[in-house]
Amino acid sequence: MKLLRMKPGHGEIVLAEGDIEAPEQERELIEAFRRELDAGMWAAVPTGTPDGRREAELVKSFAEVPRDAERVIFFPRAAGGAPRATRSGH
Amino acid sequence: MALALGTGAVILVVLFWELIRPTLKGALARGRLLWSLRRGPSAPTGYDPGRERRAEQRARALLRSCIDDYDWAMYRDLGFLRVWGALGKHERGEEATYAYLIYPHKPIVAYLPQTGALLNEYCVAFPDLSRPYGSSRLPDSDDVLAKWMALTADERRLVADANMHLPGRQVDPGRVRRDLLRLTRWERTHVGTGERLGRADTLHA
Repeated sequence: MKLLRMKPGHGEIVLAEGDIEAPEQERELIEAFRRELDAGMWAAVPTGTPDGRREAELVKSFAEVPRDAERVIFFPRAAGGAPRATRSGH
Repeated sequence: MALALGTGAVILVVLFWELIRPTLKGALARGRLLWSLRRGPSAPTGYDPGRERRAEQRARALLRSCIDDYDWAMYRDLGFLRVWGALGKHERGEEATYAYLIYPHKPIVAYLPQTGALLNEYCVAFPDLSRPYGSSRLPDSDDVLAKWMALTADERRLVADANMHLPGRQVDPGRVRRDLLRLTRWERTHVGTGERLGRADTLHA
Protein backbone atom coordinates (compact mmCIF):
# COMPACT_ATOMS: atom_id res chain seq x y z
CA MET A 1 0.00 0.00 0.00
CA LYS A 2 1.16 3.50 -0.81
CA LEU A 3 0.19 6.69 0.96
CA LEU A 4 0.32 9.60 -1.46
CA ARG A 5 -0.17 13.29 -0.85
CA MET A 6 -1.01 15.98 -3.37
CA LYS A 7 1.38 18.89 -3.10
CA PRO A 8 1.34 22.31 -4.76
CA GLY A 9 4.20 22.76 -7.21
CA HIS A 10 5.05 19.08 -7.13
CA GLY A 11 2.17 16.72 -7.82
CA GLU A 12 1.87 13.73 -5.55
CA ILE A 13 4.58 12.62 -3.18
CA VAL A 14 4.91 9.19 -1.59
CA LEU A 15 4.57 9.54 2.19
CA ALA A 16 4.89 5.89 3.06
CA GLU A 17 4.85 2.56 1.36
CA GLY A 18 4.62 -0.90 2.84
CA ASP A 19 2.96 -4.25 3.11
CA ILE A 20 -0.10 -3.98 5.30
CA GLU A 21 0.32 -7.62 6.31
CA ALA A 22 3.73 -6.92 7.85
CA PRO A 23 3.13 -5.53 11.39
CA GLU A 24 6.15 -3.23 11.38
CA GLN A 25 5.26 -1.74 8.00
CA GLU A 26 1.61 -1.49 8.92
CA ARG A 27 2.58 0.51 12.01
CA GLU A 28 4.57 2.93 9.87
CA LEU A 29 1.64 3.30 7.49
CA ILE A 30 -0.73 3.97 10.39
CA GLU A 31 1.61 6.62 11.83
CA ALA A 32 1.94 8.37 8.49
CA PHE A 33 -1.82 8.17 8.01
CA ARG A 34 -2.47 9.78 11.41
CA ARG A 35 0.08 12.53 10.78
CA GLU A 36 -1.72 13.58 7.62
CA LEU A 37 -5.15 13.52 9.22
CA ASP A 38 -3.81 15.53 12.16
CA ALA A 39 -2.47 18.04 9.63
CA GLY A 40 -6.03 18.52 8.40
CA MET A 41 -5.89 16.48 5.23
CA TRP A 42 -8.65 14.37 3.76
CA ALA A 43 -7.90 10.79 2.81
CA ALA A 44 -9.49 9.05 -0.16
CA VAL A 45 -9.18 5.56 -1.54
CA PRO A 46 -9.83 5.20 -5.28
CA THR A 47 -12.12 2.23 -5.78
CA GLY A 48 -14.21 0.57 -8.45
CA THR A 49 -17.85 -0.42 -8.32
CA PRO A 50 -19.04 -3.90 -9.34
CA ASP A 51 -20.46 -2.42 -12.57
CA GLY A 52 -17.03 -1.10 -13.53
CA ARG A 53 -17.39 2.53 -12.60
CA ARG A 54 -14.52 4.24 -10.80
CA GLU A 55 -15.18 6.27 -7.69
CA ALA A 56 -13.51 7.16 -4.42
CA GLU A 57 -14.15 6.54 -0.78
CA LEU A 58 -13.28 9.06 1.94
CA VAL A 59 -11.80 7.41 5.02
CA LYS A 60 -11.40 8.90 8.47
CA SER A 61 -9.24 6.24 10.06
CA PHE A 62 -6.79 3.63 8.90
CA ALA A 63 -9.24 0.93 9.95
CA GLU A 64 -11.63 2.16 7.26
CA VAL A 65 -9.06 1.64 4.50
CA PRO A 66 -9.87 -1.56 2.60
CA ARG A 67 -7.14 -4.12 3.27
CA ASP A 68 -6.64 -4.64 -0.46
CA ALA A 69 -6.38 -0.92 -1.29
CA GLU A 70 -3.28 -0.14 -3.32
CA ARG A 71 -3.10 3.50 -2.32
CA VAL A 72 -4.57 6.20 -0.18
CA ILE A 73 -4.49 9.74 -1.51
CA PHE A 74 -4.33 12.67 0.88
CA PHE A 75 -5.45 16.09 -0.24
CA PRO A 76 -6.25 19.37 1.52
CA ARG A 77 -9.74 19.54 2.96
CA ALA A 78 -12.37 21.38 0.97
CA ALA A 79 -13.08 24.98 1.75
CA GLY A 80 -15.71 27.17 0.24
CA GLY A 81 -13.93 29.12 -2.44
CA ALA A 82 -13.63 32.83 -1.93
CA PRO A 83 -16.54 34.53 -3.65
CA ARG A 84 -15.43 36.80 -6.45
CA ALA A 85 -17.54 39.37 -8.13
CA THR A 86 -15.88 39.01 -11.48
CA ARG A 87 -16.58 36.24 -13.90
CA SER A 88 -13.76 34.36 -15.54
CA GLY A 89 -13.56 32.24 -18.62
CA HIS A 90 -11.63 29.03 -18.80
CA MET B 1 65.29 62.61 14.67
CA ALA B 2 62.74 60.44 16.43
CA LEU B 3 59.98 62.88 15.50
CA ALA B 4 60.98 62.79 11.84
CA LEU B 5 61.05 59.00 11.84
CA GLY B 6 57.63 58.83 13.55
CA THR B 7 56.11 61.26 11.10
CA GLY B 8 57.57 59.31 8.20
CA ALA B 9 56.13 56.07 9.59
CA VAL B 10 52.66 57.61 9.90
CA ILE B 11 52.84 58.92 6.33
CA LEU B 12 53.92 55.49 5.11
CA VAL B 13 51.02 53.78 6.90
CA VAL B 14 48.50 56.27 5.49
CA LEU B 15 49.90 55.88 1.96
CA PHE B 16 49.86 52.10 2.28
CA TRP B 17 46.24 52.19 3.52
CA GLU B 18 45.20 54.40 0.60
CA LEU B 19 46.86 51.97 -1.80
CA ILE B 20 45.20 48.81 -0.51
CA ARG B 21 41.79 50.32 0.34
CA PRO B 22 40.16 49.77 -3.11
CA THR B 23 41.40 46.18 -3.23
CA LEU B 24 40.10 45.51 0.27
CA LYS B 25 36.72 47.07 -0.54
CA GLY B 26 36.36 44.90 -3.64
CA ALA B 27 37.33 41.76 -1.75
CA LEU B 28 34.81 42.56 1.00
CA ALA B 29 32.01 43.13 -1.53
CA ARG B 30 32.77 39.83 -3.28
CA GLY B 31 32.82 38.06 0.08
CA ARG B 32 29.45 39.53 1.03
CA LEU B 33 27.96 38.45 -2.31
CA LEU B 34 29.26 34.89 -1.98
CA TRP B 35 28.00 34.68 1.58
CA SER B 36 24.53 35.88 0.63
CA LEU B 37 24.41 33.40 -2.28
CA ARG B 38 25.38 30.54 0.00
CA ARG B 39 22.82 31.64 2.58
CA GLY B 40 20.12 31.91 -0.10
CA PRO B 41 16.69 30.42 0.61
CA SER B 42 16.99 26.68 1.17
CA ALA B 43 13.48 26.01 -0.15
CA PRO B 44 12.74 27.18 -3.68
CA THR B 45 10.06 29.83 -3.71
CA GLY B 46 8.30 31.81 -6.35
CA TYR B 47 6.85 30.73 -9.63
CA ASP B 48 8.91 28.27 -11.64
CA PRO B 49 7.24 27.30 -14.95
CA GLY B 50 9.34 24.14 -15.31
CA ARG B 51 8.49 22.93 -11.83
CA GLU B 52 4.78 23.68 -12.33
CA ARG B 53 4.81 21.82 -15.65
CA ARG B 54 6.40 18.76 -14.08
CA ALA B 55 3.89 18.94 -11.22
CA GLU B 56 1.02 19.06 -13.70
CA GLN B 57 2.42 16.06 -15.57
CA ARG B 58 2.53 14.06 -12.34
CA ALA B 59 -0.98 15.21 -11.45
CA ARG B 60 -2.31 14.15 -14.87
CA ALA B 61 -0.77 10.70 -14.45
CA LEU B 62 -2.39 10.35 -11.03
CA LEU B 63 -5.76 11.52 -12.33
CA ARG B 64 -5.56 9.11 -15.23
CA SER B 65 -4.85 6.22 -12.88
CA CYS B 66 -7.91 7.00 -10.75
CA ILE B 67 -10.69 7.67 -13.26
CA ASP B 68 -11.85 5.35 -16.02
CA ASP B 69 -10.60 5.56 -19.59
CA TYR B 70 -13.73 7.24 -20.86
CA ASP B 71 -13.58 10.04 -18.29
CA TRP B 72 -9.87 10.44 -18.89
CA ALA B 73 -10.44 10.85 -22.61
CA MET B 74 -13.12 13.44 -21.85
CA TYR B 75 -10.76 15.44 -19.64
CA ARG B 76 -7.85 15.12 -22.05
CA ASP B 77 -9.93 16.26 -25.04
CA LEU B 78 -12.25 18.81 -23.46
CA GLY B 79 -10.46 20.05 -20.35
CA PHE B 80 -13.23 19.20 -17.90
CA LEU B 81 -14.90 16.18 -16.32
CA ARG B 82 -18.58 15.34 -16.11
CA VAL B 83 -19.73 13.57 -12.96
CA TRP B 84 -23.26 12.26 -12.64
CA GLY B 85 -25.18 13.42 -9.60
CA ALA B 86 -25.74 10.58 -7.18
CA LEU B 87 -28.14 12.09 -4.66
CA GLY B 88 -31.05 11.34 -6.95
CA LYS B 89 -30.18 7.64 -7.19
CA HIS B 90 -30.37 6.07 -10.60
CA GLU B 91 -29.53 2.70 -11.98
CA ARG B 92 -26.81 2.18 -14.53
CA GLY B 93 -28.16 2.82 -18.00
CA GLU B 94 -30.73 5.33 -16.80
CA GLU B 95 -30.18 9.01 -17.22
CA ALA B 96 -29.10 10.84 -14.08
CA THR B 97 -31.38 13.64 -13.02
CA TYR B 98 -28.48 16.07 -12.81
CA ALA B 99 -24.75 16.19 -13.34
CA TYR B 100 -21.71 18.30 -12.58
CA LEU B 101 -18.94 19.74 -14.68
CA ILE B 102 -15.58 19.85 -12.95
CA TYR B 103 -13.13 22.47 -14.18
CA PRO B 104 -9.65 22.99 -12.77
CA HIS B 105 -9.62 25.81 -10.23
CA LYS B 106 -13.14 26.92 -11.09
CA PRO B 107 -16.44 26.29 -9.40
CA ILE B 108 -18.22 22.99 -10.00
CA VAL B 109 -21.22 23.63 -12.24
CA ALA B 110 -24.41 21.61 -11.70
CA TYR B 111 -26.76 21.20 -14.68
CA LEU B 112 -29.64 19.15 -16.04
CA PRO B 113 -28.37 16.72 -18.70
CA GLN B 114 -31.79 16.45 -20.33
CA THR B 115 -32.17 20.15 -21.05
CA GLY B 116 -28.74 21.65 -20.50
CA ALA B 117 -30.20 24.06 -17.95
CA LEU B 118 -27.61 25.30 -15.48
CA LEU B 119 -28.55 24.85 -11.83
CA ASN B 120 -25.83 26.18 -9.54
CA GLU B 121 -22.16 26.90 -9.12
CA TYR B 122 -20.42 25.27 -6.19
CA CYS B 123 -17.32 27.24 -5.37
CA VAL B 124 -14.87 24.98 -3.59
CA ALA B 125 -11.10 25.00 -3.19
CA PHE B 126 -8.50 22.67 -1.71
CA PRO B 127 -5.88 25.08 -0.37
CA ASP B 128 -2.70 23.49 0.99
CA LEU B 129 -1.88 25.89 3.80
CA SER B 130 1.65 24.52 4.14
CA ARG B 131 2.42 26.38 0.87
CA PRO B 132 5.53 24.33 0.05
CA TYR B 133 6.55 26.57 -2.84
CA GLY B 134 4.85 29.73 -1.70
CA SER B 135 1.48 28.82 -3.16
CA SER B 136 -1.45 26.90 -1.71
CA ARG B 137 -2.74 26.00 -5.17
CA LEU B 138 -2.64 22.37 -6.30
CA PRO B 139 -1.74 21.55 -9.91
CA ASP B 140 -4.78 21.74 -12.20
CA SER B 141 -5.29 18.00 -12.55
CA ASP B 142 -4.86 17.45 -8.80
CA ASP B 143 -7.60 20.03 -8.21
CA VAL B 144 -9.85 18.14 -10.63
CA LEU B 145 -9.01 14.82 -8.95
CA ALA B 146 -9.68 16.26 -5.49
CA LYS B 147 -13.10 17.48 -6.65
CA TRP B 148 -13.82 14.17 -8.38
CA MET B 149 -12.87 12.14 -5.29
CA ALA B 150 -14.85 14.37 -2.94
CA LEU B 151 -17.89 14.33 -5.23
CA THR B 152 -17.94 10.60 -5.87
CA ALA B 153 -17.18 9.76 -2.23
CA ASP B 154 -19.40 12.21 -0.39
CA GLU B 155 -21.34 14.50 -2.68
CA ARG B 156 -23.54 15.83 0.11
CA ARG B 157 -20.55 16.87 2.21
CA LEU B 158 -18.76 18.60 -0.64
CA VAL B 159 -21.88 20.50 -1.62
CA ALA B 160 -22.33 21.53 2.03
CA ASP B 161 -18.72 22.76 2.25
CA ALA B 162 -18.92 24.75 -0.97
CA ASN B 163 -20.20 28.27 -1.47
CA MET B 164 -23.27 27.90 -3.64
CA HIS B 165 -24.12 30.58 -6.18
CA LEU B 166 -26.51 30.98 -9.05
CA PRO B 167 -25.03 30.20 -12.49
CA GLY B 168 -22.93 32.99 -13.90
CA ARG B 169 -21.31 34.16 -10.70
CA GLN B 170 -17.82 33.05 -11.70
CA VAL B 171 -18.15 30.83 -14.74
CA ASP B 172 -19.57 32.33 -17.89
CA PRO B 173 -22.89 30.50 -18.60
CA GLY B 174 -22.35 30.93 -22.35
CA ARG B 175 -19.04 29.17 -22.03
CA VAL B 176 -20.62 26.32 -20.03
CA ARG B 177 -23.33 25.89 -22.67
CA ARG B 178 -20.69 25.75 -25.37
CA ASP B 179 -18.83 23.16 -23.31
CA LEU B 180 -22.01 21.09 -22.98
CA LEU B 181 -22.39 21.19 -26.76
CA ARG B 182 -18.76 20.20 -27.17
CA LEU B 183 -19.41 17.33 -24.75
CA THR B 184 -22.45 16.18 -26.73
CA ARG B 185 -20.46 16.25 -29.97
CA TRP B 186 -17.53 14.54 -28.32
CA GLU B 187 -19.74 11.77 -26.99
CA ARG B 188 -21.23 11.22 -30.44
CA THR B 189 -17.78 10.70 -31.91
CA HIS B 190 -16.87 8.35 -29.09
CA VAL B 191 -19.95 6.12 -29.37
CA GLY B 192 -18.89 2.56 -28.84
CA THR B 193 -15.65 3.39 -27.10
CA GLY B 194 -17.15 3.25 -23.63
CA GLU B 195 -19.81 1.32 -21.85
CA ARG B 196 -21.15 4.46 -20.24
CA LEU B 197 -22.15 5.99 -23.54
CA GLY B 198 -25.63 4.58 -23.00
CA ARG B 199 -26.14 7.51 -20.66
CA ALA B 200 -24.80 10.19 -22.95
CA ASP B 201 -26.29 13.59 -22.52
CA THR B 202 -29.35 14.30 -24.61
CA LEU B 203 -28.78 17.98 -24.81
CA HIS B 204 -30.96 20.23 -26.83
CA ALA B 205 -29.05 22.95 -28.50
